[in-house]
Amino acid sequence: MTNLSVINQLTKIGKIEVEFLVREISQLVSNENYTIMEFCGTHTHEISRYGIRSLLPKSLSLKSGPGCPVCVTAEEDIDYIIQIVEKYDLSVITFGDIVRVPGSKGSLSYLKAKGKEVLVVYSPLESVKIAKNNPNKNYLLIGIGFETTVPTLAYTIKKIVEEDLKNIYYFSLHKLTPPAMKALLDSGEVKLDGIIGPGHVSTILGVKGWQEILKDYKIPFVIMGFEPEDIIWGIYILIQKIKKQEYGVFNTYGRSVSFEGNLVAQELVNEVFYISEANWRGFGIIPNSGLELKPQYQYLDAKKIFLLNEPIKVRKTGCRCGEVLRGVIEPYQCPLFAKVCTPDNPKGPCMVSSEGSCAAYYLYERN
Amino acid sequence: MSNLILLSHGSGGDSTRQLIEKEFLKFLSNPILNELLDSGVFEIPGSSFKMALTTDSYVISPIFFKNGDIGKLSVFGTVNDLCVVGAKPLFLSLGLIIEEGLDINDLRKIINSISEAANEAKVKIITGDTKVVEKNKGDKIFINTTGIGIVESHRDWRDRPVQKGDVVIVSGPIGDHGIYIMLERLSIQTDEEVKSDLANLSEVVLGALDRFDQIKFVRDATRGGVATVLNEISQKYNLTIEVYEEEIPVREWVKNASEVLGIDPIYSANEGKFVMIISQNQAQDLLNYLSLYPLTKDAKIIGYVTDINKPKTYLVTRIGTKRILESLKGDILPRIC
Ligand code: SF4
Repeated sequence: MTNLSVINQLTKIGKIEVEFLVREISQLVSNENYTIMEFCGTHTHEISRYGIRSLLPKSLSLKSGPGCPVCVTAEEDIDYIIQIVEKYDLSVITFGDIVRVPGSKGSLSYLKAKGKEVLVVYSPLESVKIAKNNPNKNYLLIGIGFETTVPTLAYTIKKIVEEDLKNIYYFSLHKLTPPAMKALLDSGEVKLDGIIGPGHVSTILGVKGWQEILKDYKIPFVIMGFEPEDIIWGIYILIQKIKKQEYGVFNTYGRSVSFEGNLVAQELVNEVFYISEANWRGFGIIPNSGLELKPQYQYLDAKKIFLLNEPIKVRKTGCRCGEVLRGVIEPYQCPLFAKVCTPDNPKGPCMVSSEGSCAAYYLYERN
Repeated sequence: MSNLILLSHGSGGDSTRQLIEKEFLKFLSNPILNELLDSGVFEIPGSSFKMALTTDSYVISPIFFKNGDIGKLSVFGTVNDLCVVGAKPLFLSLGLIIEEGLDINDLRKIINSISEAANEAKVKIITGDTKVVEKNKGDKIFINTTGIGIVESHRDWRDRPVQKGDVVIVSGPIGDHGIYIMLERLSIQTDEEVKSDLANLSEVVLGALDRFDQIKFVRDATRGGVATVLNEISQKYNLTIEVYEEEIPVREWVKNASEVLGIDPIYSANEGKFVMIISQNQAQDLLNYLSLYPLTKDAKIIGYVTDINKPKTYLVTRIGTKRILESLKGDILPRIC
């Protein structure tokens, strides 16, 4: 493992050091072709926002991965939610960009504009207050997010139980990142030489949370922070590991990520959720990659309570988000990119979410 | 555009602009409105001076916040929209839409701060209207204010051509109001220094316009933030602007909170900050002047007009790379991870 104390001292890297590191990276790469992937949407966003790609050698290719919770939400799930909301006259509570993700029959925003109550809250905990103050309405709380966000939702569920609320139901869209990483590596669709490990998720999972899944692969996985200096430093370490053929999990984000991760948060999530399969856009069903409510909370579980009229049939669209999420194409290779699909009129979730790679390319990398 | 109005149409960014351009200007176009300034400036037939008229509706939550409330905002917001076009604010109208069930004490507090703010900005409320709507048909209280002011010709910057080499100045640290309100809505406990930057800009802005005849553009950077204002300038005058990340003042708490929330302060709303364009030879004197006011003591040059005939805005990042800086798209929401 890399010496953490050295790295911690280096978290405040200045411009000069950035230039130095960029030169070092160039020398290490020396025109050989390498492909690395940033798993996490925040990294994608920051790489674009800071123009980091423009500093790196052309033969080093950076691909974005599936690390954006809104982006990987399957269209089936959006359609499912819209169908039950209409059929059972539910008011929706959710947070973040998920309301703008288009399903076959429009988005939740569209449903809201047509008169359905769709509340976008800043914190899921607000849902407890809302449901309590409006006992004559039935609410559907959409829980979305990776390991980082789930603890807040688990806490919200416990509050709902504590308050004995009977008018709020939960729809889990939660996803776990290590199984998706594994699915991506197993598919072999894109040959990767190294991985930029997600920072936020790893604060919860710790280094340990990745070791088990990565132990059978010959690939270095370097956890990085989100400042541009963190990313450049991390890429420098990653390229070194690739060259030296050192595989496994390395942590360059020691100021936030520990070996064990956040045990309190892990415990809280385990109390409320069990691990199940989940449907990922672009990947389909990935085993052990989702979270559902444990049996004692099933009376809150919308998927158990509200049944569909008809099975979901997903329409075919021109959106190539699935391929973008697997790193198979770059956003600008989608024919709709910036022509038909823009942040104001998104055709797919990768353009909706502030973590999505299509949005990042649109906002920062068009000239 | 979708065939329904969505919340993002009111965000102050691109969607709002599209709505205005495609739906409103199509039917309402006239030379004054088409300028799309913060206030409409018009001449009084037979007189030598001009007047400015502006209107704004305040639909905010929470209605009380640190360093202000909806009342103070509805006065200062409108006063600021007048002064940035060079108008000395004179009179305001006050329209209240109150939701049934509002606590009378809350209403009193709001009216009291309207009165205090009007005194501070030296404007009078000379007409008003009150409506009460049924419970759940509003959100506590909505306020509309319309303001009128007088534009002395030496303060009217509209015909001064922006040129290559002109300087972009912001009047102080950016993003406070938007980031603070988001923390408030997340019910995050915050220190005393974490608050809205709501302020009356008229004194300092009009003073600057009195002293510097090379100020070529002024706008208060409210919703959509500084990035959206910069894009509006580059589109309006068909020129390229380059700003430097390292020069843009941002308070420490705003920086920290925006990292956690995943929101760039350059898109976050301000309620007491303006962006000015001035020719290079007057820029330093303007900064000296601004440094005399507590409100603008941290004003800084953040960039330049680097080219004409190319409507683009660029940001040079702190690691030295250069990228496009877009206006705000859609709504601002905290990141989900
Ligand atoms: S550009 Fe739009 S349509 Fe194309 S993949 Fe991205 S989100 Fe989908």
